[in-house]
Amino acid sequence: MSGPTSEAADVAVTSGPPPVALANVSKRFAATQALLDVSMDLLPGEIHGLVGENGAGKSTIVKVLSGIHQPDTGSVLLDGQPVLLHGPSHARSLGIATVHQEPRLFPDLTVAENVFMGHTPTGRLGSISWRQMRKSADEIFASLNVHLDSTAVVRGLSMADQQLIEIAKALSADSRVLILDEPTASLSAHEVERLFTIVRQTRANGVAVLFVSHRLEEVFELCDRATVLRDGRHVITAPTSDFTAADLVRHMVGRAVSLFPRSAAKIGDVLLDVRGLTLLGSFRDVSFSVHSGEIVGLAGLVGAGRTEVARVLFGLDRADSGEVELDGKPVHFRTPSEALRAGIAYVPEDRHLDGLVPGFSIAENVTLPILSRLFPRLLMHKSEEQSLAAGYSERLRIRSNGVDDLVEALSGGNQQKVVIAKWLATKPRVLILDEPTRGVDIGAKVEVHRIISDLAAAGLGIILISSELPEVLAMSDRIIVLHEGRMSAELSRSDATEERVMYAATGQIAEETQSGA
Amino acid sequence: MTIDPRTQGPATEAAQVPIEATTAPRANSRQVQSRRRQALSALARWEVLLIAILAAVIWQGMQVSPYFIQLDFWNSPNFGASVSGTMEVAIMALAMTPIIIMGDIDLSVESMIGLSGAILGVLWAAGIPIQVDIPIVLAVGIVGGLFNGMLVTRWGLPALVVTLGTLALYRGLANVVLGTRYVSNFPKEFTAFGFGYVPGTFVPWTLLAFLLLAIVFWVVIHRTWIGRQIFAVGKNKDAARYSGVRVATLKTAMFAVSGLVAAFAGIVLALRYNSVRSDNGTGLTLTVVMIVVLGGVDINGGKGTITGVILAVFTLAALQSALRLGGVSSEYQNVAIGLLLIFSVITPQIARQFRVLVDRVRQGRNRPAREPEPREVAR
Amino acid sequence: MALSAPAKANRASPVGSLVARAARSRELTLAGVLIVMATLVAIAAPNFLSPTNVVAVTALAAIIAIAAVGEAFVIITKNIDLSVESTIGLVAFAVALLLKQGTPIPIAWVIGVGLGLALGMSNGIIVTVFKVPSIVATLGTLSLFRGLTYLIANGHEVNANDLPAGYTQPASQTFFGLPLFVIVAVVVVVSAALVLRYAVIGRQFYAVGSNAEAAATIGIRSRATVFWAFAVSGMLAGVAGVLWGIQYGQLYASSASGQSLAVIAAVVVGGVSISGGSGTVIGAAIGALFLGLINNALNVLVLPQEWLQLIYGAVILFAVSADVLIQVRAQRAKARSRVR
Repeated sequence: MSGPTSEAADVAVTSGPPPVALANVSKRFAATQALLDVSMDLLPGEIHGLVGENGAGKSTIVKVLSGIHQPDTGSVLLDGQPVLLHGPSHARSLGIATVHQEPRLFPDLTVAENVFMGHTPTGRLGSISWRQMRKSADEIFASLNVHLDSTAVVRGLSMADQQLIEIAKALSADSRVLILDEPTASLSAHEVERLFTIVRQTRANGVAVLFVSHRLEEVFELCDRATVLRDGRHVITAPTSDFTAADLVRHMVGRAVSLFPRSAAKIGDVLLDVRGLTLLGSFRDVSFSVHSGEIVGLAGLVGAGRTEVARVLFGLDRADSGEVELDGKPVHFRTPSEALRAGIAYVPEDRHLDGLVPGFSIAENVTLPILSRLFPRLLMHKSEEQSLAAGYSERLRIRSNGVDDLVEALSGGNQQKVVIAKWLATKPRVLILDEPTRGVDIGAKVEVHRIISDLAAAGLGIILISSELPEVLAMSDRIIVLHEGRMSAELSRSDATEERVMYAATGQIAEETQSGA
Repeated sequence: MTIDPRTQGPATEAAQVPIEATTAPRANSRQVQSRRRQALSALARWEVLLIAILAAVIWQGMQVSPYFIQLDFWNSPNFGASVSGTMEVAIMALAMTPIIIMGDIDLSVESMIGLSGAILGVLWAAGIPIQVDIPIVLAVGIVGGLFNGMLVTRWGLPALVVTLGTLALYRGLANVVLGTRYVSNFPKEFTAFGFGYVPGTFVPWTLLAFLLLAIVFWVVIHRTWIGRQIFAVGKNKDAARYSGVRVATLKTAMFAVSGLVAAFAGIVLALRYNSVRSDNGTGLTLTVVMIVVLGGVDINGGKGTITGVILAVFTLAALQSALRLGGVSSEYQNVAIGLLLIFSVITPQIARQFRVLVDRVRQGRNRPAREPEPREVAR
Repeated sequence: MALSAPAKANRASPVGSLVARAARSRELTLAGVLIVMATLVAIAAPNFLSPTNVVAVTALAAIIAIAAVGEAFVIITKNIDLSVESTIGLVAFAVALLLKQGTPIPIAWVIGVGLGLALGMSNGIIVTVFKVPSIVATLGTLSLFRGLTYLIANGHEVNANDLPAGYTQPASQTFFGLPLFVIVAVVVVVSAALVLRYAVIGRQFYAVGSNAEAAATIGIRSRATVFWAFAVSGMLAGVAGVLWGIQYGQLYASSASGQSLAVIAAVVVGGVSISGGSGTVIGAAIGALFLGLINNALNVLVLPQEWLQLIYGAVILFAVSADVLIQVRAQRAKARSRVR
């Protein structure tokens, strides 16, 4: 099914074209087609849910609607007329308000000022009326049944409160469309309820609301209609009453599991043992172990806490409680260099920000973690560096014009291989990979999976963090699912299915999952 | 910058329906791949430019006065003398270079000169033998540098503000220690180091010291892995840290070295003038920063060579000498230095913006530029 | 329809409002410390409260305060202006030269302030158009503008003889008991405070300094805002320069050397965060008065003048560290308050 359904008429009485709609929008970023021929609309007085896996295109739709990106083909329609949104302030001025995942507030200014920045209420002589600003802000918060001190400075406020301010911002500008991008990712149950009340109120005021979320139970509780995206394409749009959770998951996920090479490996002794690891505010009571030769998949939604766990294991952050043992000996890493020396390596999520040094060649990047080991007498020798890098380059089949190439010149897949090579050179015992094939084309992806498989066969213990279900399912010997910072499921290879993982990741406890430690 | 653990990053759309089923390097990699050589040659270009300027200034200097190129290093305002007089800022520029490459700055160097001179003077006036005074002063330099380093790394305070504060603090300590008096009459053997020659040659001791230090710095920064780590931190501090580089230790060490070198420079200055006053060294920070920037070191970090800095030292010396011989007083020379500083920072910017413009025009018809999607992560 | 209990909503905000309260009371705390200090000094040295001394203290403090107001604009936008001392010196000398040549006083003053404005705009252009980091840019102009002063001084100095008769009198005049300079300073401070608090453009300085990206999303042009911050800083440094000439009468090419540090110290002590986005010009002015008081106290208590630099340095480091500590504590509290 594709295209908006005509059941839209059921949901809201509309006279005229929908306030905002997408018509055949496509958007591509370098090697990836983020959206392909997507059409959907938002009706006034409805809450429209947008669901899909990580990477299905939800975020791109939000950015197109809020004016951050322009579609390559197709257009955004405002009241039926195609319009080109020049940028976020343009979209805002046209009545489209967006509450992004990360709040964009001014931490040093007060709540009220944040709400009204850009359209501050003025009094006599065009001067700012602080009293009016405070009163209006208080009124907005009162109408949302929320108690927030509008004279408080934003810095130090909880994520939930900051989000409320963003919503108040939208409401203060008389928006016709309100887009909420993963608003509940960082909220507790209480705060979620509060948010829902507010959103319903907004709907009652005739605003068209787009509610992007992973959490299916929320979509069912809040939304009138829902749209499912998969791989950048529109799958279906229908009233939420027409779906069951299973239906949604099926629409979100439905693809054949691709072929990834995974050679059977001998599982050896316990390399890494994690018990009761807790980092307040990020994750709680995480326990698992990794054996030599094993690939442990860490699945979950964005914000579930997986990267945070990896960061603690690698010494980037310090846990508040819990124990970690490597080879049976307790370890407390304070810096990555300590973790490195002990034999833990971490391939970070964002290779541009954290993984590679721009302006350095392949060889320079690959040798960076082992410099002191490689050159104990301080002086560096080009030849040793080159041959080491060339060795890994060949082993991992990195396509380049030579190890002196700047890493910026490589494709995403090859860049990722450089990052992996870098960590392999440290001869780790445990390798943590965080989204290793994100932004990597399919050919390189298969190769990266082969490499991971080979590494496990060579006796490494591997933790694979990935939001791509097929990848996690195909590669892992065991899958641990995190939900809101806690372990919600631990599945063995034979027991794991996409649906089960998805259920656990979205917080629904399916009947047959084994409970986590 | 705070990393909010709540947001790992946007649910990106990467790797969905891939278009290329190939792992070959990007089509334009050939022009990018030679960018390594381009990058190296850009730096080389800057150094060639410096050599050209140096040559031009020397030529002009010789026009202004026949004494310009005389190798009598001390007695007249010729090139040689100017070089000798520049050695204090020269060695501080060497030590400032790794700090700037890593993205920081050390404004307090001029005050460390004053403080080290003051402590030297006080100890000497109290009768303590000079062989004991000098190590003490050097130790003070290290401590001062460590203080800077710790505030920057442990508390994450911007180096700019920290060293602005210590600029005042150390000068204040110099004032308190030495007051309004001045100390002179340092032992002849040591002042000989300040303005004497290596016996039998025409090379001043200070020049020798600078050249030795220059070699050490060059080797460390360009041939050891410490230098490699310094560049890594300058280009991407987070990636360096993730790769196991001990960023905090490295930065603190470089600040300590800067303090040590500044203390040494303070001693040299004291010996050269055979006097210390509490305002020794005032105004030198500007000159040091200017030399480093003129030498091609990017003020934003990540790029630079010691060779360039060495060339800049001689260029500055030549310029000052030529100006002085031409009758320009030392105050106006500051104008020249200020102008030179701004000029040497603006020029690469203009060049870069020009190149970006050319690139954009050239690629205008091709497919859209690489979308910096992953970089939008809120960090 | 579950409503969250009000207590829940307020739970996170005590941290926020605490920080706000701390910031708001920075000015009050400083004023309080000032009064206490003044009292102690007055007890220790009775001539502290003599009319001549009071005028002397406040005159210099007023000049620094005016420059500090301008510097505050720049620091609020997350930049810095090291060149103020050279602007003050250049304007003071230039005005003196004009007067020596017979230019009418008001015109000389206007030219002086205009010169300051032009110098500030040059800084603004170097920073916003050429994208030179403000630290480097103003380090360069610090020297450049000073060099220009040497240029126009041409080896000479300006004496009181060169100036119109009674030119330096206003420095010691009082108007209804208040020194004239103080009145000028108050006018400047109040005007600036009003702009920063009640003008939409005024709030843009804070927005750009607090989160330049968010500002761009709203349509605020950060480069223009930063440019005007430098322009204001230059202009007010020009005003300070005019007053400097009236105060001292005797001017050298090196006049006002070292004052940049005093100005920045005043701003930082006054509660303007070096990372931008917060602070008030009233705080900066009180900071200037505070530092001026310390300076004068050293004189009056016959303590070595050498301690001044030391105190300035310690004050800057202390104020900046304190700001960071408050922030760190607030953020840690915020992280803990998230229930997981």
